[in-house]
Amino acid sequence: MGRTLAEKILARAAGRERVQPGEFVTAQIDLAMTHDIFAADVFGHLVAAGVERLFDPERVVVVLDHLVPAPSEAAASSHRKIREYADQFGVRHLYEAGRGICHQLLPEQGHVVPGALVVGTDSHTTTHGALAAAGTGIGTSEMAYVLATGRLWFRVPETIRFEVTGALQPMVTWKDAILALAGRFGADVAQYKAVEFGGPAASRACIADRLTVCNMAVEIGAKFGFFAADKTTLSYLAERGLEGLEPLGSDADASFEAVHELDLDGLEPQIALPHTVDNVRPVAEVESLPIDQAFIGSCTNGRLEDLEAAAQVLRGRRVHPRVRLIVAPASRSVFQEATRSGALEALAEAGASLLPPGCGPCFGGHGGLLAAGERCIGTHNRNFIGRMGSAQAEIFLASPQTVAASALAGHIADPRKLDRADG
Amino acid sequence: MASGDQIAGKVWCFGDDISTDLLSPGEYALAPAEEQKRHTLESVDPRFAQEVRPGDVVVAGRNFGCGSSRESAPENLKTLGVACVVADSFARIFLRNAVAISLPVLTCAGARAAFAEGDEIEIDLATGIVRSRATGCVQQGEPLPTEMREILSTGGILAALRAFARS
Repeated sequence: MGRTLAEKILARAAGRERVQPGEFVTAQIDLAMTHDIFAADVFGHLVAAGVERLFDPERVVVVLDHLVPAPSEAAASSHRKIREYADQFGVRHLYEAGRGICHQLLPEQGHVVPGALVVGTDSHTTTHGALAAAGTGIGTSEMAYVLATGRLWFRVPETIRFEVTGALQPMVTWKDAILALAGRFGADVAQYKAVEFGGPAASRACIADRLTVCNMAVEIGAKFGFFAADKTTLSYLAERGLEGLEPLGSDADASFEAVHELDLDGLEPQIALPHTVDNVRPVAEVESLPIDQAFIGSCTNGRLEDLEAAAQVLRGRRVHPRVRLIVAPASRSVFQEATRSGALEALAEAGASLLPPGCGPCFGGHGGLLAAGERCIGTHNRNFIGRMGSAQAEIFLASPQTVAASALAGHIADPRKLDRADG
Repeated sequence: MASGDQIAGKVWCFGDDISTDLLSPGEYALAPAEEQKRHTLESVDPRFAQEVRPGDVVVAGRNFGCGSSRESAPENLKTLGVACVVADSFARIFLRNAVAISLPVLTCAGARAAFAEGDEIEIDLATGIVRSRATGCVQQGEPLPTEMREILSTGGILAALRAFARS
């Protein structure tokens, strides 16, 4: 009997030949990431417990991304404390405020390799499954334990496989695909489970799309979200100086809890309506709802490909006068590349406000919060009540193309119509 | 360990998809624990944080604690004195975090429909049985695995961390 990717990774990390779904194992952690919301607490726990050394400082990454640039004195003081802790514990991989969002930086800067067991104090750590790593979120107390010991308990998950076929139509994206899955199967379909995306369409997906999909895996409850590591993965890693790595995926005869099919051929642009990520409809059904703010960014859809897709829609046009369009590239590298490619110029000319790389608006921290009664459409990953300011605000989630088209129209808009209008 | 596995308390009811943004709103992320706890669930029930008493229990629907990895979500409930959360289902990180900080949790599909606000219920983590004292209604939940009950009973993962640091 073959093994799933989740079983292979947890077995290796636990020093076992094989492991079974449902089993509890203690596994060695390959990479541990904490960001500025929690890092001070994590290190504070270590100091309070009397821990003086990390299990392996080279395997620890600290990112200042949520409260950047520091929007308050409290945030600035927290950052200062985090820098001091990083020095004290010998953490070399500290990404300063403005370098980017943790889930962009880890793959982009070459910290993630196929088969690695990655934990982060952030739920969207599932993102790293795009490179066939087992990435998952944990809390601050557990992270303190990991940083001291290098290990943590895991329940070996069952795996749900999505077999993806067909090809996306113009102006339809993998964001629409994962939203469609959330709508079809629900926000808790993969609770405690791993999900993996395979099939011919999955092998054709670029790394940016894989990162988007695995980022959203947690929004259907998943513990891990995977694409197999293939030629595309290995060439992305080689560009980062990571050579000599092998393809890695589930065995063909592995045992899955369920296999579902998704055909991209007929897929339309999708949108998650307030206040849950699985409240999904085709964009065409909710067009004409007026919007106040449009947001393009986040660890879900703030990459170069996303900014270029938005720029393609907005180039030579003007954002609706009643709409505030906010754009936040996912990292400084993305910012620089999008500057060179002309995408940021097109967005700025169209009337976008550019934010530095970071998480501010997406987690409701700062930099674009909403008043009661306001409506925002964004490329991010959550639309819960109170997520972006007022509990009386409404958040809609969609692709960069749909968000850009809506920013132009002043209301929710199907980007395919724009495409046709241009002939 | 047996005594720690049995919990009884008065019920507060919540629906499906109670997110970490509701349990611990992002704008108070850096606020002191005492201030954070006052905003627990305020968007769905403003009375809760004021009126919940130590020993009360929370009963909720599906996907409780969905959203972020913020430990302040279970921590706020614990700081307010909540003795246990029983839900039809839990989001994974919330469940992990609750166990890590020693807040008892029990998955019990059907709990939300079976119990009402103000009921006195008895919960057995080891057997997974939840029973209403008033109505006698019994629901069979999922026994909490031994590994998790051990972490709960030894005071959470930070107790394990302190033991590691001493070793």
